[in-house]
Amino acid sequence: MGRYLTTLRVFWVASLTAELEYQANFLIELVATAGNLMGSIFVLSLFYGRGQSLGGWSWEGALVVLGVYTLLEGITSTLLQPNLSTIVAHVRTGSLDFVLLKPIDSQFWLSARTFSPWGLPGIALGAGLIGYAAWKAGATPTPLTLLGAVLMLVASLMILYSLWFVLAASSIWFVKIWNATEVLRSVLVAGRFPVSAFPAGLRAFFTFIVPVAFLTTVPAEAILGRASGPWLLAGGAVAIASVVASRWFWNFALRFYTSASS
Amino acid sequence: MRGGLRQRLDHARRIAAVLLSSQYAYMLEYRAEIVLWALSGVLPFIMLGLWSAVDAGGGLGMDSLQLARYFLSAFVVRQFTIVWVMYTFEEDNLNGRLSPYLLQPLPPVWRYVAAHLSEQATRLPFVALLVGLFFLLYPAAFWWPSLPSVLLAVLATLAAFALRFLMQFTLTMVCFWSEKASALERLLYLPYLYLSGLVAPLALYPEGVRAFAFWTPFPYMVDVPARILAGETVPVLQSFAAMAAWAALLLPINLLLWRRGLRHYSAMGA
Repeated sequence: MGRYLTTLRVFWVASLTAELEYQANFLIELVATAGNLMGSIFVLSLFYGRGQSLGGWSWEGALVVLGVYTLLEGITSTLLQPNLSTIVAHVRTGSLDFVLLKPIDSQFWLSARTFSPWGLPGIALGAGLIGYAAWKAGATPTPLTLLGAVLMLVASLMILYSLWFVLAASSIWFVKIWNATEVLRSVLVAGRFPVSAFPAGLRAFFTFIVPVAFLTTVPAEAILGRASGPWLLAGGAVAIASVVASRWFWNFALRFYTSASS
Repeated sequence: MRGGLRQRLDHARRIAAVLLSSQYAYMLEYRAEIVLWALSGVLPFIMLGLWSAVDAGGGLGMDSLQLARYFLSAFVVRQFTIVWVMYTFEEDNLNGRLSPYLLQPLPPVWRYVAAHLSEQATRLPFVALLVGLFFLLYPAAFWWPSLPSVLLAVLATLAAFALRFLMQFTLTMVCFWSEKASALERLLYLPYLYLSGLVAPLALYPEGVRAFAFWTPFPYMVDVPARILAGETVPVLQSFAAMAAWAALLLPINLLLWRRGLRHYSAMGA
């Protein structure tokens, strides 16, 4: 375990140094993230401005959901996207061989090799919005709700990671699968809104097929201190199951890896 | 003189045919990827879900059928106005592929235009399939647009594509001076996303925001063609005039930057 932490620090310091060569990008990323957040709040105001609510959620509650989404987007561009987008190149050029030969777990290496600071504005803005909106909604941070909120956020990260990893790992068979993560990203946009705001068919789709509900709505409920036991349990179960599934899928996919030019 | 013109037209037609057919063959090779790109344009359907659930309370000023038709049309219009020239150009520029293109007696921009048009042709059957699926799931929303409105919508979509291409290609010229210019496209995408009508018909925007939006080029890129296709009444002449005005504004800037950029261009690694 200690070895993994040391490796992680070396990895991230190295990639941070490399990325900081492009400091103007940080400004662009900050403006883009803030602008995107303002646009999303504007879209929410289109619904709430006419006195309607989204699936029975209050304005502040909907802002918490949006905050969780922004936080996840930030983590996606900090860790998931920069790391997992390289799997396809490793498969195409055959450099996955070298990854597999390293004396470290290959899934860990592929998932944590780089760290891109460009998602940090999203993480900061998302966390800020969650805090502000939860305070406005009158959520009381008892130790128990805090624990539930943290647990559900971790669960949602585990689910998000597994979805990304499984799609990216499919490139062992289909080298051109990379766009599939764009499809995933575009479907996850639904997570900007509470899942109960959708009609029944879509709600089922976003709960059972692409578990958007567990990504943003359930953590937001936990943050607002009104999560019910069954949903918390379900969130935890889906999270553990999806990480185990991603692990199994990676081992399964590797059996079909025959290196480039073979 | 007239013969000379005819010869030149003939020549241009031949070049266009060769470019389009070779690019089409190339794009067909990537049809699996293009299907995935097409699928990643589901945003209008997600928004339709939200708006139709809200509409159950009534009072939007648009009934649920109008909403469904608008968002389906917005999806179709978006599919045929997607522009990615900035990313290709940036790559060509960084890899030095632009140099051989510049040596040929054909402005490189036509190569990119042909690539976009061929990509749209590759998309066409898949988009038709998705539209069919939509009507299968939601048969009540089915409608036959009248022939004039179809023709007008095609024309408006082409104009929207041309305007968006021109806009992105103008920004693309930054590639001549910077290595990571495509980051700027993220900034241009923001007003496009929120003012074009992809997230909601502009009719549902507050009065002030809508008035402001129509002073920008963005509503003409989705909202206007989509409403024509959905069979709503649109000030057609005024809209086409606005698109022409924006194009007339952007074109000289684009040409100027292209000339300046070429003078600055030294081919990577030179």
